[in-house]
Amino acid sequence: MAYIELRNLYKSFDSRAVLCDMSIDVARGESLVIVGGSGTGKSVTLKHIIGLLKPDRGQVLIDGHDLTSMTEVELNNFRRRFGMAFQEGALFDSMSVFENIAFPLRRHTKMSEKEIRARVEECLEDVHLHGVEKKRPSELSGGMRRRVGFARAISLSPEILLFDEPTTGLDPVISDVIAELIEEMDLKLGVTTVTITHDMKVAFKIADRVAMLYKGQIIEEGTPEEFQQSTNPIVQQFIEGRAQGPLTDNE
Amino acid sequence: MNTILESIGRTFLRLFEQTGLWFDALWRTIAWMFRRPYDFNEWFRQMVRVGVDSIPVVFLTTMFTGMVLALQTHQGFARVHAEQFVASVVALAMLRELSPVLVGLMVAGRVGSSMAAEIGTMRVTEQLDALKALATEPIQYLFVPRVIAGVVMLPFLCILGDALGIYGGYMVSVKLLRANPVVYKQNTFQFLQLADVWSGLIKAGVFGLILTLTGCVRGYYTTGGAEGVGRSTTYAVVSASLIILLTDFFLTKLLF
Repeated sequence: MAYIELRNLYKSFDSRAVLCDMSIDVARGESLVIVGGSGTGKSVTLKHIIGLLKPDRGQVLIDGHDLTSMTEVELNNFRRRFGMAFQEGALFDSMSVFENIAFPLRRHTKMSEKEIRARVEECLEDVHLHGVEKKRPSELSGGMRRRVGFARAISLSPEILLFDEPTTGLDPVISDVIAELIEEMDLKLGVTTVTITHDMKVAFKIADRVAMLYKGQIIEEGTPEEFQQSTNPIVQQFIEGRAQGPLTDNE
Repeated sequence: MNTILESIGRTFLRLFEQTGLWFDALWRTIAWMFRRPYDFNEWFRQMVRVGVDSIPVVFLTTMFTGMVLALQTHQGFARVHAEQFVASVVALAMLRELSPVLVGLMVAGRVGSSMAAEIGTMRVTEQLDALKALATEPIQYLFVPRVIAGVVMLPFLCILGDALGIYGGYMVSVKLLRANPVVYKQNTFQFLQLADVWSGLIKAGVFGLILTLTGCVRGYYTTGGAEGVGRSTTYAVVSASLIILLTDFFLTKLLF
């Protein structure tokens, strides 16, 4: 049985349809990457998986639990099973790096101060950062901010990790470092991950399965190899990053 | 003609929407108030921010208002040789009306706006989503401590304002207008009832709720980047001030 199931999701904002009968499954332990152009509903999809948005119609099933029928409190508790890394890190700028990573531990566990310190160090180790505990998020570079965001996301040992555009705005080398880090975390922690990106290089590197979102629907999905060999002209145009093709014809 | 009607319609729809959001937030804040975990440290921090840090502003506004009130009423009452009522008028006006309203308006400007800016910035930088993703409801983590701080601290600020306003009036009357200090003191308390004090404090508590919740709600529903944060901040002060002044009338009518 699929671990994450999105079933026939519909979502519109101010009468603009973003998701239109969108369905996809993710198996336990799998790494799914959803690709697609800007404004195709990638972020909206990710926010549905963690219940930050409610669909107008359709179901979001996580391990058999329907998020759409949960109360605010149930959903809040259920989210402990998730870790989410945001596009720019979304670190709490009023707190230091240490406080950021310790935040979920302080709120949701009964760990002692010593245990928290050890766990924070461990998480920072996992993302290969050292000696930044006392720094403020504003003192960090873009790549470091994201890594701290990863560390915060894994601090409660979640079952599902979500990455929102993990490499957008980073230089190619740092992008590759981040992609390797995601791959490494995925293997080490044995979690189910869903990543959204428009960076095909990153997608092929970290994915067990790639899916493409276009006009609110999944138009192609498969292993990286299958995806690359897709005969769908839209998919091919996107992979190659060409200006001419079906993606741009009707704009 | 149609466009005028449309814009009137839109304005009313917006007004109803905002009112709905406000009461929805109030309900959710109350519901989340009684759930674990309780952030007593954060409650305390917000109380310092709303209460202690507002003391200088409250000090100046209420003291000078008491002083000018004594000057003005003395001017008027001297014409009918009723100077002895200055003390009572200053005390009644400060306790029942001026201290709670002035404190409410000043703190709305000082604290309500900064809450809107703070939470609004968290919205546009996805920090509110990050809170939710970390299984922390923003209503519980951000709204509850702020609203509690407002409801608890405003009455204390109001007491301070009462004392300072009455003292300001006394100083002006005695030192400047040569009133008899013993008689003035006597007149200050002669006609006072306990209800005068209580009604002012209840008002202050309600204003504390209004200004903090309005700041939080405006911040929470911020859209559109830095400009949106600026808009929310302005709206928070303007709408909180308006609601305070409107509520003031109805509360006064209700309490007496």
